[in-house]
Amino acid sequence: MERLKVATVWLGGCAGCHMSFLDLDEFLIDLAGMIELVYSPVIDVKEYPKNVDVCLIEGAVCNEDNLEILHKIRARTKVLVSFGDCAVTGNVPAIRDQLGAGNVKNVLQRAYIENAQNNPCVPKADGIVPQLLARVMPVHEAVHVDYFLPGCPPPAERIKALMVQVLEGKTPKLEGANLKFG
Amino acid sequence: MSKRIVIDPVTRIEGHAKISIFMDDAGNVSDAIFHVVEFRGFEKFCEGRPYGEMPGITPRICGICPVSHLLASAKAGDAIMAVKIPPAADKLRRLMNLGQIVQSHALSFFHLSAPDFLLGWDTPPAQRNVFGIIAANKELARAGIRLRQFGQEIIEILGGKKIHPAWAVPGGVRSALSDEGRAKIRAWLPEAFATTKVAFDLWKKTMETHQREMQIFGNFSSLFMGLVAPDGTWEHHGGKLRFTDSSGSIIADQLEPQKYYEFIGESVQANSYLKSPYYLPLGFPDGMYRVGPLARLNVCEQMGVPKADAELKLFKKLGRGAVTSSFLYHYARLIEILASLEYIERYVDDKDLSAECLRADAGINNLRGVGVSEAPRGTLFHDYTVDRNGLLKKVNLIVATGQNNLAMNQTVAQIARHYVRGNDIPEPMLNRIEHGIRCYDPCLSCSTHAVGQMPLHIQLLGQDGKVLNEIARG
Repeated sequence: MERLKVATVWLGGCAGCHMSFLDLDEFLIDLAGMIELVYSPVIDVKEYPKNVDVCLIEGAVCNEDNLEILHKIRARTKVLVSFGDCAVTGNVPAIRDQLGAGNVKNVLQRAYIENAQNNPCVPKADGIVPQLLARVMPVHEAVHVDYFLPGCPPPAERIKALMVQVLEGKTPKLEGANLKFG
Repeated sequence: MSKRIVIDPVTRIEGHAKISIFMDDAGNVSDAIFHVVEFRGFEKFCEGRPYGEMPGITPRICGICPVSHLLASAKAGDAIMAVKIPPAADKLRRLMNLGQIVQSHALSFFHLSAPDFLLGWDTPPAQRNVFGIIAANKELARAGIRLRQFGQEIIEILGGKKIHPAWAVPGGVRSALSDEGRAKIRAWLPEAFATTKVAFDLWKKTMETHQREMQIFGNFSSLFMGLVAPDGTWEHHGGKLRFTDSSGSIIADQLEPQKYYEFIGESVQANSYLKSPYYLPLGFPDGMYRVGPLARLNVCEQMGVPKADAELKLFKKLGRGAVTSSFLYHYARLIEILASLEYIERYVDDKDLSAECLRADAGINNLRGVGVSEAPRGTLFHDYTVDRNGLLKKVNLIVATGQNNLAMNQTVAQIARHYVRGNDIPEPMLNRIEHGIRCYDPCLSCSTHAVGQMPLHIQLLGQDGKVLNEIARG
């Protein structure tokens, strides 16, 4: 049987969802026989491949690079899963939005001008350092998302519950305690 | 004509990054820059919130070392309340931090870096990862996975959750170590020690076969900084700061970590979201210092536990004065795992950890509080200024990886100088340069209080922007 092509992507988030994926622990060894991990921060593939079956997306959409890769991922993937609360709601990175219209200027000002003793300046290098978006967004605001996996992070058992259903070719359903945020 | 090479993205590190390598007219590497491309803005958007929320919010800076932020944040809260926390709470916080050092270092060694030195630099990229290790040596992979799991279980036993536990609070912690948890940790320890022994054996073989890497992967003079106990013993949560130089001489000792701003400055690099802290008395960039496992082992005189002390003696022989090769961060990480296990072993027999008095309470007694702890990757500072009601007015965070920024740039340049000639971009260079960064185990979600991927694409560009040569790896 052809193994399912799975990708995991990390946008504006803390990597906690990816760490929770690694908390699958020894199930990772079983998983290695069932899926082919074709793109992920933990492997060395640099270009998001075509014909990916399932992609788990961690993190909110915070900058231009996030947005660009997200459109590429949508075009090349059958099933997109918003993986964790930042992807599902914007969560902590979206606290920035509460600062209102000047939020980008304000956060950069604090970090790179006020909290700097040498060469205070806002980082800017075209093609190298991506510009922050005016507003942080959950993933489904940028592209269509098929399934939502909540949690900060989703515990490994919840990730496993979803993965097992996807592997069995079912439409994944999360119920009860598996639908918790936070 | 001078040129620039870009590596984009750097993979198997905990963050979003690119690398630029600059060439001079003669075709030699003149400089290199590690660019971090993610930023979220915690220092600003936490403003206006009660300081007591920070141990809940700041761990979301980083899911790899959330416990570091949890503890630094709680300690900043202790300082704002001006309380001394109950001794049992301090021990419990330490136990959780030790669990985190084990899980994070096991991740760096087995999951992220071992594929390079176990499978080999020139293994096809598609196999050069933790799944490649599973395929090549399932039992080794299982042992590594379970060592990381052991650390994560300790965090869960104490905090109820492996990632982002809401457990440490200003004034102490919320709960003690349960008898059940104590029994579980005790039963798992022999396996954790056995796996660590396997890792040491592997590493020692690696050192024999990787002499060249030891010479050129970030081998240069710099300062080192870390917390130490009053007698110079290794510290990971309390103690005061010490700086040493490459000869091993102490240049500043028992510095009050709460007054970090008197001796640490932050510099901005216009083409990266990662700032570069430096030792103020030497200015920028001469005040370059390294933090993390290599630095902590360089600044301390002993680990304070017998097995790790025996290894520390062997480690110290690898340098004249200080150990200066960043390739030896890997070795330092294993020694810290061993020390952590030995300290954990002591704590499982310590009745204090079942104490009932775990939390001091007070109002706002200082309008500024600084919390400092050793994260797996180096010293972490949380600095909060509050108003009379405890609402945050200003936040400054100095994280481990930023403090290694200057050293990472220099490491990339050193490796590139060895492999890049003229317009050629030899394939073996790519992964080796990335590994130079992996030595530091950078946690970029922390450093920019922000992470994903893009294609690896290296270009040699002329000053006019014309592409002279390029290769892509998909």
